[in-house]
Amino acid sequence: MSVWFILIQVLNGIQYGLLLFLVASGLTLIFGLMGIINLAHGSFYMLGAYLAYWLTGATGSFALAIVLAIPLAAVVGLVLEAGLLRTLYRRSHLDQVLLTYGLILIFNEGQRLLWGGDVHSVAIPELLTGSVRLTETLSYPVYRLWVSLVCLALAGAMYLVIQRTRFGMLIRAGACDRDMVAALGIDVKLLFAAVFAAGTVLAAVSGAIAAPLSSVGPGMGDTVLILCFVVVVIGGVGNIKGTFFGALLIGLADTFGKVLIPDLASFMVYAVMAAVLLWKPRGLFA
Amino acid sequence: MTKPFIAAQGVHSYYGPSHVLHGVDFRVNRGETVALMGRNGMGKSTLLKSLLGIVKPRDGEVRVGGTVMTGRPTSRIVRMGIAYVPEGRGIFPSLTVREHLLMVARRGAEGRRDWDYHRVLETFPRLAERLDNFGHHLSGGEQQMLSIGRALMTNPELLILDEATEGLAPLIRREIWRVIAAIKQTGIATVIVDKNAHVLLDLADRHVILVKGTVAYDGHADALKANPEILERTIGL
Repeated sequence: MSVWFILIQVLNGIQYGLLLFLVASGLTLIFGLMGIINLAHGSFYMLGAYLAYWLTGATGSFALAIVLAIPLAAVVGLVLEAGLLRTLYRRSHLDQVLLTYGLILIFNEGQRLLWGGDVHSVAIPELLTGSVRLTETLSYPVYRLWVSLVCLALAGAMYLVIQRTRFGMLIRAGACDRDMVAALGIDVKLLFAAVFAAGTVLAAVSGAIAAPLSSVGPGMGDTVLILCFVVVVIGGVGNIKGTFFGALLIGLADTFGKVLIPDLASFMVYAVMAAVLLWKPRGLFA
Repeated sequence: MTKPFIAAQGVHSYYGPSHVLHGVDFRVNRGETVALMGRNGMGKSTLLKSLLGIVKPRDGEVRVGGTVMTGRPTSRIVRMGIAYVPEGRGIFPSLTVREHLLMVARRGAEGRRDWDYHRVLETFPRLAERLDNFGHHLSGGEQQMLSIGRALMTNPELLILDEATEGLAPLIRREIWRVIAAIKQTGIATVIVDKNAHVLLDLADRHVILVKGTVAYDGHADALKANPEILERTIGL
């Protein structure tokens, strides 16, 4: 096994990890702030992928498809939050899991009605179709590098928003004591809606930019959802920094598992999770 | 007669299943300092929370600036010019001192900006030394200064202080009382709950004493000083 081959796998693992981070960060923020366990979060990822497929076909431009998918995903998030999840903030996690599991079924059925059960693909936009030559026989696709860069840029932007802006301060304060935030004159409902919509958009954008890398098909949100829960647990619930490193760890574990021991690939991620939890039961940075 | 800034009328509130307030009338005029007194469990905190909409009154009415606000969301009521320093101080452990202050900065009624970041830090020099410390690294006294400073950053018409000096060392208490007196001078109305009745007798314009969820006394300090048996009967002083 050459150094280049390992480098390629490391790049793949990091790219997958960064993508998982974007999805999982919304999940963990929503749980940390509102206490909502949202099983439908993976469906937002699927929604993004299908929107990318559908809008690329309709407009002929992948870039335009992403730009259009963002407000559409935000609207979906806002409608779900205001119409359904808002009633569950003070309810038990079991109630939340029941409702959001129902949402998965609705999303999956909606996807089948709108786009059918076939597996689709989205072409890599022309600007990003090239690859970087590493050796005589090995090269690395530019699109994967671009996905990693976009994810890193979004992660950086998220860090700045959470650490440096008033909105971010309110999110962190609300995660500690939402009643006190309300008593300071902040409309907590509005804050929750904004964060939920932002989480929805992040998951959908992840699905959209991942669409050219993998096929767009039924059930694609479920795999991501499960991995994201693993990431959230490893990172410590509500902990963004932990989520970031947990996602990289899981991305690498999943990638190397598939390459090195294909027979046990699906087991690798859980072995890593178990190991982390034995070492740090409350998450990487708790 | 001056119009009250906030007025509760016939308020009945529950804390869980227990009926805590039994038809309370309570008002604070603009610029007035009111001491809310009574033994533990007589309904002081519940009355404050009912004014703020944190506890929703089952019956009765709360008006702020003449507008009926009963049952409205807390954030709306607070936005009419009320700042709340709760019992336990309500400091966020994962936010720095600076963030606590900047997070809520806003103009008051008619765009007033009497209080800003710099004035709060001038008032509480201790906070200026601890700007980058997180909430859970502050002492009790510093937390209380921060809670009051944060309240002032909203440029309120009315400041509500629940257990203003509870659990603080004597020196810090004196500091807090000094600041509360200074705030009074600026014309901000205040409602103060505190165990220290003697300080309140000198500081407040008016005293309201709750006994078992009803108003047992509502009057001026002089009348209360002239009739010490009222205090003895109602709060056992």
